[in-house]
Amino acid sequence: MDLVTVWFGLVVLCWVLFFVLEGFDFGVGALAPLLGRDDHERSAAVRTIGPFWDGNEVWLVAAVGVTFAAFPDWYAALMSGLFLPFVLVLLLLAGRGVALEFRGKHSSPSWRRRCDRALAATSLGVVALFGALLTVFARGLALGADGEVTSSPGLGAGLARTLAPLASWTALVGAGAAVLAALLLGATFIGLRTTGPLRVRARRVAVVVAAAGAVGAALAALAGALSGAGPALLAVGAAGVLAVVGVLAARRHEALAFAGAGVVVAAAVVAALTAGLADGVVLASTLDPAHSLSLASASATGSTLRLISWAGVLVLPGVLGYQAFSYWVLRQRVASERVPT
Amino acid sequence: MALDVLDITRLQFAVVTIYHYLFVPLSITLAAVTAGLHTAWYRTGRERYRRLTLLVGKLLLVTFAVGVVTGLVQEFQFGLGWSDFARAYGDVFGPVLAIEGMLAFFLEATFLGLWYFGWGRLPRLAHLATIWVVAVGTLISAFVILAANAFMQNPVAYTWDAERGRARLDSFAELMTNPVNLAAFPHTIAGAAMLGGALLLAVGAWRRWVHVPVAGGLGAPGEPEGQADHEQRLAFGTLARVGAWLTLSGGVLTALTGDVLGKVMTRVQPMKMAAAEALYTTTTGAPFSLFAVGRPGGGEPFFSLDVPYLLSVLAVGDPGATVQGIDDLQAQYVAQHGPGDYVPVVWLAYWSFRAMIGIGMLAAAVAAAYLWSTRRGRELPVRRPLVRRALRALPVLPLLPAAAGTAGWVFTETARQPWLAFGLTRTEDGISPGLTAGEALAALAAFTLVYGLIAVVWGRLVLHVVRQDLDAGSLAAGERDDAGDDAPTGPWPGDDPGDGSHGLPATGAERRRDGARAPTY
Repeated sequence: MDLVTVWFGLVVLCWVLFFVLEGFDFGVGALAPLLGRDDHERSAAVRTIGPFWDGNEVWLVAAVGVTFAAFPDWYAALMSGLFLPFVLVLLLLAGRGVALEFRGKHSSPSWRRRCDRALAATSLGVVALFGALLTVFARGLALGADGEVTSSPGLGAGLARTLAPLASWTALVGAGAAVLAALLLGATFIGLRTTGPLRVRARRVAVVVAAAGAVGAALAALAGALSGAGPALLAVGAAGVLAVVGVLAARRHEALAFAGAGVVVAAAVVAALTAGLADGVVLASTLDPAHSLSLASASATGSTLRLISWAGVLVLPGVLGYQAFSYWVLRQRVASERVPT
Repeated sequence: MALDVLDITRLQFAVVTIYHYLFVPLSITLAAVTAGLHTAWYRTGRERYRRLTLLVGKLLLVTFAVGVVTGLVQEFQFGLGWSDFARAYGDVFGPVLAIEGMLAFFLEATFLGLWYFGWGRLPRLAHLATIWVVAVGTLISAFVILAANAFMQNPVAYTWDAERGRARLDSFAELMTNPVNLAAFPHTIAGAAMLGGALLLAVGAWRRWVHVPVAGGLGAPGEPEGQADHEQRLAFGTLARVGAWLTLSGGVLTALTGDVLGKVMTRVQPMKMAAAEALYTTTTGAPFSLFAVGRPGGGEPFFSLDVPYLLSVLAVGDPGATVQGIDDLQAQYVAQHGPGDYVPVVWLAYWSFRAMIGIGMLAAAVAAAYLWSTRRGRELPVRRPLVRRALRALPVLPLLPAAAGTAGWVFTETARQPWLAFGLTRTEDGISPGLTAGEALAALAAFTLVYGLIAVVWGRLVLHVVRQDLDAGSLAAGERDDAGDDAPTGPWPGDDPGDGSHGLPATGAERRRDGARAPTY
């Protein structure tokens, strides 16, 4: 296995870690105002992710940075070909990060209420957008010979250039699935990290979402089978695992339920990013297969790959180590009940 | 009016990057000051340092958050608007961004979370270490990212691969030790100290002399300093002096390192330094122009106030040295790179260079004046009208180093034009070929709007935080400063019996209670 393949694997790993880790804090952000009935409970819900969300989001920096370093042409085609969707992602993430960090630094409850609303709205928005984008990653972009998506002249056509890929049923389904997945991760995480009424409500939400997800995945498998494509392994597997996750959540095994939800998300992300891998394609061109970006054509030169390999070997185990350490140090559950003192 | 996609995209990149670079230097300094105050508290055990640590730490957290979310944008920018640049220089630029993320950004984000939520959960020394890790992480970030910028100023450590039409990286060590980076890094960090120092000076002096704490406050029984409000005023006085020292020493260091950087820049980009001086003709024993009214289109200015020989000294280090002028350099570049206009916008370079130096010196002078008038515990004569007026203007003080730093970046980036990577690729050749003017305009408007909103909210929050009295209730760590919260005191294990419902470290009993209660749900 050559370095290019190894780095493709590492890019996928970074995206998987981002979607699983930030996925749960997106979910918690969306659920906090729904599950928390008063200021105290909402604060408890947000506190479950307080120390972690920023470290989770750095996996997005890592995923994008590693893609840029190891596959500059892939990075360039994705960013430039999905210009407006990515600008929207960045603005939503900006609003979300600020809402999360600012909410507890002010003494007024109405300030926190506004931050909670912004947090929920941006969390839902960005997760839906990422779900849709993953389907676009899998399907490919209208890349020309230079690896760019071009448009016909005119303001409308120009604006539609990078928004058009999102206007499809697949993208819509991807967005919906991503929202469900984040809610499931978030609900099981709140269940895992709190005591008191929040934990009870989070568990109920987890059961409902897992059941909805299992039914949805089963329907997707059925639709695939009826349309002659054959039941997709991913959809069947997801339906099965989600059903088990629902049962686990109902039986108060939040850790296992969280792990199960994480496995489903990871599998979906891997499937989306490796859709063209059988032909060695990292990003397909929907115009002409000859314009598709392949592992070989999109990758950086050997010296750069060797450099980042050294950096990765030296640095990444440490990163995983101290991130795990921070989860361990701050493992204690957050109490959401009011304890008389 | 035809919308020029290149100009809009350049403006969008400038807006997003300048904005990011207002919060980064603040974070760099606030992280170091928080670490220093935390260490002072660790070693002396004095309440004053603990409460200042919490105050500055809180300012660090809200500032760092803005730096994070706007820094994320930078990671995408090179592909969004500048995909041809990303293709041509991805082999050099990509690893720099990736390594910055892996080496530094993870450290900062994870350990800042550990510090903020780690009160009482980590051993005291380990907890102190977490904030130092954050402080060191910010410096690593700055160094690595400035190396990327230094490559654009002075491309090194690469070989041009004509076959694939891209730069290949030769040596990471050489890339990091680019002479421009070695001079720009200390210059930038000194500038960061000025900005962060000016903020702390403004906050400390405001609360020490203007919005003075009068009731309640710090004093606990047995405090050596005695009275509550007095102690709190002294704490803010300490903060003001720390900030003033940072601003003043940062000012001195920016001048010294700026001199080194100027000499390196004269060597690698003589055009930039000629533009900074609006020096059109090559001159031996060149004077430094303090102020000039130029003619449109160049040539001899109408009026110029000069210091003889100073430019030769500043640029080369020798009063008799020859400094190349814009006209000769233009002719030389045409011979080297073919026909074209190689002259940056001279008035912008000339005035941004002077704004950087002048405004920066003004901030350092204010800090020096403050230090002098409060030397050895002296009281400011706050009744004098002049002093009172000066104190009223304090909130403007942090804007001075911010303006100076921004002018410096505007100078160094615009005076590199028309080059994107100096001598290799022109700016118009780096833009994303598919990008349309409508998209670029939409992005510019959206970023400006959202960033503007964030700046307003950040400002309101900072004002709210610094108006609080330095007592534990309002400065407690964690998402726990609810109004009506019955938690009486701060994040310290000794302050509170460990009621987990307030995000405080739980005692063993609390943990057992949780464990015992859990199955009932």
